[in-house]
Amino acid sequence: MSDVAAQPAPNLLAKGWVKSGLIVAALVVAAIVGARLDPSGTIHAIFVDPFNQMAQAPDLLVQTIWEGLVSGVLYALIALGFVLIFKASGVFNFAQGIMVVFAALTLVGLYEKGVPAFIAVILTLGVMFVLAATIERVVLRPLVNQPDIILFMATFGITYFLIGFGESVFGGNPKQMITEQLFLPKGAIDLKMLGGIVSLQKIDIAAAIIASLMIAVLGLFFQYTRIGRALRAVADSHKAALSVGISLNQIWVIVWFTAGIVALITGIMWGARSDVSFALEIVALKALPVLILGGFTSIPGAIVGGLIIGIGEKLGEFYWGPLIGGGIESWLAYFIALGFLLFRPQGLFGDKIIERI
Amino acid sequence: MTKSSIIRSAALGALLAAGAVAGPASAQDTIYFSNNAYRTGPFSGSGIPIGDGMRDYITMINERDGGVNGVKIIYEECETGYDTKKSIECYEQVKSKTIVYSPWSTGATLAAIPRAHVDKLPILSMAYGLSASADGTNFPWVFIPPLTYWDGASVMVKHMAAELGGLDKLKGKKLGLIHLDAPFGKEPIPVLESLAKKYGFELKLYPVAAADMQNQGSLWLSIRRDRPDFLYNQGWGAMNPTAVKEAIKNNFPIGKLVGVWWAGGDDDARAGGAEAKGYKSLNFNAAGQNFPVIQDILKHVVEKGKSTTPKEKVGENLYNRGVYNSMLVVEAIRTAQKLTGKKVITPEDMRRGLENLNVDEARLKEIGMAGFASPVKVSCTDHSGHHKAYVAEWDGTKWTQKGDWIEPMKDEVRPLIEANAKDYVEKAGNWPKRTESCEKSS
Repeated sequence: MSDVAAQPAPNLLAKGWVKSGLIVAALVVAAIVGARLDPSGTIHAIFVDPFNQMAQAPDLLVQTIWEGLVSGVLYALIALGFVLIFKASGVFNFAQGIMVVFAALTLVGLYEKGVPAFIAVILTLGVMFVLAATIERVVLRPLVNQPDIILFMATFGITYFLIGFGESVFGGNPKQMITEQLFLPKGAIDLKMLGGIVSLQKIDIAAAIIASLMIAVLGLFFQYTRIGRALRAVADSHKAALSVGISLNQIWVIVWFTAGIVALITGIMWGARSDVSFALEIVALKALPVLILGGFTSIPGAIVGGLIIGIGEKLGEFYWGPLIGGGIESWLAYFIALGFLLFRPQGLFGDKIIERI
Repeated sequence: MTKSSIIRSAALGALLAAGAVAGPASAQDTIYFSNNAYRTGPFSGSGIPIGDGMRDYITMINERDGGVNGVKIIYEECETGYDTKKSIECYEQVKSKTIVYSPWSTGATLAAIPRAHVDKLPILSMAYGLSASADGTNFPWVFIPPLTYWDGASVMVKHMAAELGGLDKLKGKKLGLIHLDAPFGKEPIPVLESLAKKYGFELKLYPVAAADMQNQGSLWLSIRRDRPDFLYNQGWGAMNPTAVKEAIKNNFPIGKLVGVWWAGGDDDARAGGAEAKGYKSLNFNAAGQNFPVIQDILKHVVEKGKSTTPKEKVGENLYNRGVYNSMLVVEAIRTAQKLTGKKVITPEDMRRGLENLNVDEARLKEIGMAGFASPVKVSCTDHSGHHKAYVAEWDGTKWTQKGDWIEPMKDEVRPLIEANAKDYVEKAGNWPKRTESCEKSS
């Protein structure tokens, strides 16, 4: 490798952006040439027709981007839950999905028992705190200094425990999210623009605002507070953090509790779009491509990654999906993430791993 | 020996003796029936009412009549969580004990079909599973009454024609199929494609990956763009309430959204709130408590505290469908008892019972199900019967019958089924040839 790097010419190509620029340029040229040669063929359908559609019905384009934006923010929210725990304990928290279900079910379950909606929210937060403290005491503390894979497997254990516990407490019947009782708005705002109607769901607007606020607050909290600095220290090295007197146990409880809050908000937002049942667990899988793209350790990465995946997959599904029968969204997200990884293996904002020998 | 240990061993002895007496007696007079249930997992919302309905009907038969002709049915559930892998474990666990295998998912049915033909265990996949298995000549061990997904799709086309004013009005119209991207969801595609060609309507497919069940935003954008005249939803689980909500959000006329019978859960429609009024679903059983059979369940099971279901959920659409499924099992046992003259039947006898199942209007009335379902008859070659279905409409609080029972297009569906069955058998390689003889009557 070293003598390749010593040659001057490939040095330029080694820069990621030059490489990607060249590839994009080559693709564009190929597309234009191909479309000219064959106006009704596959190349035309892939490279020209979707853009024609966009130009013909710009209102639908705006609508698609809006839908992508909303999903993107919601994906970012889920991804955030993973990032927080990964930063603090180096563990990919497999249980994040079931925490979403658990939080949402607790909220709705309490409401069904007759607890007023907002008190139910507070009580649910209390439950999530107890859960965080229990996980720290029972699962994490005995496993300090064990290899990451052991902690990772432990989160599987937490998942299966929470599934069984949740089912025995709440049962498997789907429940309705209490959106109205939480004063989440209903209905839509129809905007006349670009020769059509763009319809913005009020609940989506609320979701975007709440999720953005949540992300901003968390970002500031971990950037500028004492606990935030401690968290980042723990993320760098458990041992070093311990040696300067940071309480690992305390940080872990805080981080798991924060992930619990994120889970509750995620549960409310996704529960409002469908219903509250154990199926919500699947939603957490949407965070995987976002994490691959944004890097496991970066809060801005989760946000930007979420938006790229959200908008990318919606545009892809809407304009290119019909070419191959639709339903491409679920793997397209990974495809987009992989595309970015070709040029930035550590993820968009991930820490560059420099290993010195 | 101390005093207490003498008492203990005496008690143990008494227990053993009691077991020795009671054991064979109960084994003689019972029939074991295991049902795959999914009271947990992402699809539990549909699995719980179905499981409750199935169990309560069997319990009612045991409580009210003392079983079928005096033979009690031992009903047990094997929990699958709607997971095909677990359903295979269930199959292996119960295959030597149960008189019929009740897979309760299309994936589970597909996995069980080759096994059952070797183990000689009948499968009852009620209106789900492999449509081609309605061909009794090639699938002697599989039963799919009262109708298949292909029949359902043809009923949907007939409903569409009725709304438009005739089959000739279908030309140039657009039918969208929202479907789970899984074997279950893809089942109706071949028959819809064939009917689209014949009647000149356009078929648009909208697949939903299981991971995106609650995330259907872009799918509904495509629907907004394509403007289909009708939508048929072959969906299950959390996909259904999401589809109802999205239809409302996207201003799709809710009355033009018709679900397959599995998209007709009360919780599916309830998710849409007041605006879900008018949502439709195909159906082959009635909803509600106003039937003698449901009243008997309330009296003998629910009110005696022998059910896990709350009283107000008795009579919901999926609950009643569970009742219907158990009715088929019980009637098949009865038929098998009559054919063989035996009281305690074997899986082989059960297969004969299912193959000669004939529940006519008079019989429906006898068992308190007049108006609850349409008559069902299975024969040696026709393991489904391709019976009628109707379109149910959600009135905001419950499912109601809208319009008459519709006969499927049997002449369209049957040739496709036979061709598909032949194809399946050829692809399977050395598929066992049917050796079971037909009864003279059928």
